[in-house]
Amino acid sequence: MSIVSRGFHGRREPAAADLPPGQYLTRDFPVLQAGPTPRVDLDTWQFTISNEAGAKYTWSWRELLALPSEKTTTDIHCVTRWSKLGTTWQGVSLDTLFADVETAADHALVHSYGGYTTNLPLEDLLDGKAWIAYRFEGEDLTPDHGGPARLLVPHLYFWKSAKWVTRIDLLNDDEPGFWEQLGYHNYGDPWREQRYTDD
Amino acid sequence: MFIDGNGAAGVFAEALGVDITTAVITCAGCGAGGRFAESHVYDHGPGVVARCATCESVLARIVRTPTDAWLDLRGARSVRIPLPAEGADASS
Repeated sequence: MSIVSRGFHGRREPAAADLPPGQYLTRDFPVLQAGPTPRVDLDTWQFTISNEAGAKYTWSWRELLALPSEKTTTDIHCVTRWSKLGTTWQGVSLDTLFADVETAADHALVHSYGGYTTNLPLEDLLDGKAWIAYRFEGEDLTPDHGGPARLLVPHLYFWKSAKWVTRIDLLNDDEPGFWEQLGYHNYGDPWREQRYTDD
Repeated sequence: MFIDGNGAAGVFAEALGVDITTAVITCAGCGAGGRFAESHVYDHGPGVVARCATCESVLARIVRTPTDAWLDLRGARSVRIPLPAEGADASS
């Protein structure tokens, strides 16, 4: 029996159970990107949902900000193995944006300013699971973290939360995105450690 | 936030067995040619992305998984790799 007390901790450290398998905790917010940071003019910024019939539903920056916003506090998990707990975001729920979108499609391909893409099932964007986020920890989202607005889908690895989001195409057939084409898992559930294609 | 192509030499050499840095890549986007070493490499992410120094189009991408290298060269119109002259005898 140990006689060494572990002491009293005033602030609880996250238990390993708070982290998906293979992840480590970071208090920083690492910047990961596959190209230069796009500088997006808010006067020309657009977000479009295009359904499988080609119909487009488009919002300007001003129209996006006029929609009801939500605050959410959530953990985020990067496939490069860092996790950050308790991050707070503000943005518009995809449920709000999809309210008037007519679709029977099952798949979504997300496009960003700068050319990045990522794919996911449409159902993973709905029912309170995804947002177009434009504020982080109470401040406007900075360009290096995806500002003016990024997709936030925190239940999947963070490469699915596309920075600088500008369009979501709804598709009848799945189409792999930038990293999904090149060895990364098509779905990317961190709790099932779906990092690579064969995981 | 990019490094030059020399910083990606190792991962390409592991997959291809050649020194990619001396290869001349012609961009499929703008047609500019240049040594891979001069490309703009973004390596802080799930994979390594080399972009054209002229137009920033993607030239090449590589991902190293625990078991495989995945390579995409669709952004290169051509890849010119220097070889020893045919018939040259290095021992003479």
